Amino acid sequence: MYKYDTYDQQLVDTRVEEFRDQVRRRLEGHITEDQFKPLRLMNGLYLQLHAYMLRVAVPYGTLNSAQMRMLGHIADKYDRGYGHFTTRQNIQYNWIKLEQAPDILADLASVEMHAIQTSGNCIRNTTSDQYAGAAADEVVDPRPYAELIRQWSTFHPEFSFLPRKFKMAVIASDTDRAAMRLHDIGIKIVRNDASDLGAAFYVGGGMGRTPMIAPCINPFVPLDRFITYAEACLRVYNRHGRRDNKYKARIKILVHELGKEEYTRQVEAEFAHLLTQGVEPPLAELERIKAQFTEPPFEVGISDEVDRSDPDFALWLETNCLAHRQPGYVAVTISLKPVGGIPGDASADQMRLMADLARDYSFDELRVTHAQNVVLPHVKKADLYALWQALDAAGLGTANLDRIGDIIACPGLDYCSLANARSIPVAQKISERLSPRSDEIGELKLKISGCINACGHHHAGHIGILGVDRKGVENYQLLLGGNEGADTSLGTITGPGFDEDGIVDAVDRATGVYLANKQGAERFLDTYRRIGMAPFKEAIYG
Amino acid sequence: MKILTGNDLKTGAVVWWDGVSWSLHVEDAIDAGDQAETILAREQATRRVNAAYAIDATREEGGVRPAHIKERIRALGPTVRADLTLKPADPEAGNWVI
Repeated sequence: MYKYDTYDQQLVDTRVEEFRDQVRRRLEGHITEDQFKPLRLMNGLYLQLHAYMLRVAVPYGTLNSAQMRMLGHIADKYDRGYGHFTTRQNIQYNWIKLEQAPDILADLASVEMHAIQTSGNCIRNTTSDQYAGAAADEVVDPRPYAELIRQWSTFHPEFSFLPRKFKMAVIASDTDRAAMRLHDIGIKIVRNDASDLGAAFYVGGGMGRTPMIAPCINPFVPLDRFITYAEACLRVYNRHGRRDNKYKARIKILVHELGKEEYTRQVEAEFAHLLTQGVEPPLAELERIKAQFTEPPFEVGISDEVDRSDPDFALWLETNCLAHRQPGYVAVTISLKPVGGIPGDASADQMRLMADLARDYSFDELRVTHAQNVVLPHVKKADLYALWQALDAAGLGTANLDRIGDIIACPGLDYCSLANARSIPVAQKISERLSPRSDEIGELKLKISGCINACGHHHAGHIGILGVDRKGVENYQLLLGGNEGADTSLGTITGPGFDEDGIVDAVDRATGVYLANKQGAERFLDTYRRIGMAPFKEAIYG
Repeated sequence: MKILTGNDLKTGAVVWWDGVSWSLHVEDAIDAGDQAETILAREQATRRVNAAYAIDATREEGGVRPAHIKERIRALGPTVRADLTLKPADPEAGNWVI
């Protein structure tokens, strides 16, 4: 994985000292909160419901064991012994003290991490496929391109004050595991008929109050020009984006209002202009980055067989392990969704354990997923049983990847100042009620947001839940039929909302309709798409 | 009643105006009445509190109860982590929020 060079390290170290001085001046009263707020936000420090919250960037979700160990250290030393992995492959700490924030950033910098651009109207952390470098179906490892975007976008002067925040995702396989088309820019690296690699650009997707699926505006941009093309996309947005109305300021609104054709025309014109300006990073830099994403020293000729005599292990193997492109290996998903637990939360001890297991079993690598789990990308099959035993003993061995208990949930009103309703208790109740039927129900992606900002991706859930405020009382809307991936779709609201217990009952009834109507190997989503909303509404509201 | 709340500048902890200073406990909150804006401006200027504002609340048998659930969660702590609330030994404390 990528190692900082002296420029990267100096940049991050300098930023830490700059922020340390800003915090000092705030605490001494030399600057007001109005002056300080944009400075702390540019360093990922929010003021949330109970305290300051620090959002730490995990570039394209990739961590090494030293970094994961540091995340556990920060949880213990500066927070309350845990952290929350987010739907943007980052981690958040909920109980941060302002006076300690510079020390945390210094600790992060010591392992090549930071919190830069995890807030503000700038280009945020670029996300990617959690199985990058391991998946059998990718045309190339997408992470070097995501890293190039990170370097290009960090402190980019032209794009530090965009109309709104800007999120990018990069994938390199037909199976989209990063919700790529629900980003401001989604890039899919493809190979054309001449075997050349290029970037397909999908622009103007997003969730929030106006969910939109990004259209493809260019199916093949040569990879030696893709940063220039991204710059053109952003420049057109920066020029015409709606700064007058926060709710219409995202690029999806611009693409929608201009129309895909006109937006694309302007991007292509800007692209042609930028090609004369030499803004593309030198190819040598991309090659330098790519050289750091070399394949691990896999053993060859090893057994592909696994002893499945322990039924609990066999279930976990079947559910949480993905076939690897290297024979004898798998990619393991560590579920952060124990039955009735808080989705995405991990204790400091669990973080340290995951770090140790990555060191011992996965060539020192971990990935954070947008579904709030952690992946060990390269595990030898012969090590799986020992790995599972260690995970299971620490409450990390739940076999529920992409099942009803693998719920995405934002922090909701328990932690977030923007939320209208709590997400976590609803996730916990659904998990407890329906996890016993997990095998029967099969693949079902359930996603919960505590407000319209949709951090819990409710629009893209096979079952989605949106928490709203009804005159000071929590109320939950139910959506069906959303999906991320190659066949991305947006969920449809079933009808009137429910209270906390009512939404759990409604989900229960919806899964009942599925089980009563499923044909063959249909998933919940397949059955919904075949039979439509009517039978579900009848059962839910009957 | 109108009560005043904000966050401690250094620690970020949720605090409530008790008439003299800022308390961690909502039951200490007093009715600021028509002095709310004056107190908020003064206290923020002296950096004794950050991001402060006035909210509606009622005084009930069990103490002061903020009108909105968001403020009740701020007053107690996350409903999903009783151990992190201000009343970790009271398993019924979460019911007060809802």
